[in-house]
Amino acid sequence: MWLSNALSAPLLSGEALHIPDGFLSVPVALAAWLLTIGFIVAALRVTRGSLGERQVPLMGVLAAFIFAAQAFNFPVAGGTSGHMLGGALAAILLGPWPALLVMTAVIALQGLLFQDGGLLAMGANIFLMGILTVWVGYFAYQALVRVNRTLAAFVAGWLSVMAAAVLTAFLLALSGTAALGVVLPAMAGVHALIGIGEGLITAAAVALVARALPGLFAEHAAGEKIAAGTWVSAGLVASIVVGVLAVFFASGSPDGLERVAEDKGFLEAAQEPLFNIIPDYVFPGIGNEALAGVVAMVLGTLLLFAVGYAIARALAQRQARKAAGPQ
Amino acid sequence: MHLDILDQYRGGASPVHRLDPRVKLVCTVAFILVAALMPDGAWGGLAALAALWLAAALFSEVPLALLLRRGLVALPFALAALTVLFTVPGEPLVALSLGRLQIAVTDAGAVRFATILLKSWLSVLMAVLLAATTTFPDIVRAMHSLRVPGVLVAIIAFAFRYLFVLGDEALRLLRAREARMAAAPAGGRSGGSIAWRAQVVGQMAGSLFVRSIARSERVYHAMASRGYRGELRWLDPPRAQRWDWAVAGAFLGLLLLIGIVARVV
Repeated sequence: MWLSNALSAPLLSGEALHIPDGFLSVPVALAAWLLTIGFIVAALRVTRGSLGERQVPLMGVLAAFIFAAQAFNFPVAGGTSGHMLGGALAAILLGPWPALLVMTAVIALQGLLFQDGGLLAMGANIFLMGILTVWVGYFAYQALVRVNRTLAAFVAGWLSVMAAAVLTAFLLALSGTAALGVVLPAMAGVHALIGIGEGLITAAAVALVARALPGLFAEHAAGEKIAAGTWVSAGLVASIVVGVLAVFFASGSPDGLERVAEDKGFLEAAQEPLFNIIPDYVFPGIGNEALAGVVAMVLGTLLLFAVGYAIARALAQRQARKAAGPQ
Repeated sequence: MHLDILDQYRGGASPVHRLDPRVKLVCTVAFILVAALMPDGAWGGLAALAALWLAAALFSEVPLALLLRRGLVALPFALAALTVLFTVPGEPLVALSLGRLQIAVTDAGAVRFATILLKSWLSVLMAVLLAATTTFPDIVRAMHSLRVPGVLVAIIAFAFRYLFVLGDEALRLLRAREARMAAAPAGGRSGGSIAWRAQVVGQMAGSLFVRSIARSERVYHAMASRGYRGELRWLDPPRAQRWDWAVAGAFLGLLLLIGIVARVV
């Protein structure tokens, strides 16, 4: 049934994130593979140490679980249906390194068995849906879990989908197969909605597992005694690193930032409106939109963290007041 | 209904089915790489790749219509590439005016769009052919003997093995949901808000997770009692015959030739 989803409404389901072959340039695809291989090797080492002999059966069965859970669809509107990607859920329930391997197996299966996502593009697909979603989801959850577990799981699910959608748009633009000024707002807009579904499903699943297997969360808490503040700053640093990387990537493309620099200079470019959905498109490259996109992304991330932090503070104060009040 | 209907494998005894799975995996990846390296508008090169695929498909004796239909799976993604029609610099072919906005389809843009679609289609067709003529356990063994880390290969093999078991479990949960819930006649509004429906799905995912963890424990104990020590043991990899080497050499040689000629011409 996720197959029929893929055919009927690719942009309204998570399938828009499975990049087929042909849409990524060879340098982008190979760079993504290198990055992905590095993460997989690290994950294999870490999980071997912590799980030992149980590594293979546990990861394998849970990869099948994520795959099967993606079949749970629910009607949204107009004959389309939503389902989840599961990266954030896996990260919350298993921790980031095992989740990374689980998602890698899921994406490898989808590519090899169902041609859902390409083979040369698989490195990028694993990075987007198995590494980025897992780490973003994990950081977001850790930052907010002390406040409220359900809220933390929702934000983790939503942010993970958004991060993957934004980076997908950048990779396509970098490969010269899509114009960033159109694809970035389109992907970000559609996935802002899809992400809500992901967030709701993730939150409900985490709430149920927390009731059924409370021991699972206790293990995580004991194993990872790092203050929430550290995770917040780590998340911020990570997102800004991604933003800076994106600028570097964009400047590497021949008709990208260089051109803007020659024509206008960066300051002028930065003064242009942030989001022209369809600007004067006949001649320019992706340059100024790329810069605008990066600025918007960094600003958006900061804003989101600020909002999340404010909510977290308010809730924490309320809880503290409740605890201090009469029994 | 069982989920194994989703497996794309079509049994057969054709020369392509009998080929060493490592040869098929390497040739498929090489084919996709060469397709990805095709410059814009290299119609000759793309046609040669299409001919190469067609030859392999005919040898495989899998119905062409079936392969071609599966090949459409990536087509919806073309939406993302639609933008290059307007953004690649070139001579305007068709000018559209939407209110105050003037956008034009350029000739270079049209060429790039067509090239992207053809590349993607050919790559998907080749991957479809691989999946249709090679059982998944064979693909996994090929990955193992091509030095993909053993633990990762074992995890993927396990995921495949339990995909159908947990998939059936998921289908049972879905059937139970349908049995519990009354649905309005077609077109009518069914109960509950979208948030509520998503919550139901989340709880189904949660209970499937709890069952999966329990299952993985049982699987582990069953394996441990049969002598599992953290390493999967593989039977000796199939030895490539002279015929396999010849096919691999011919296919890769043709690919190299097509790639070089398309770049030079």
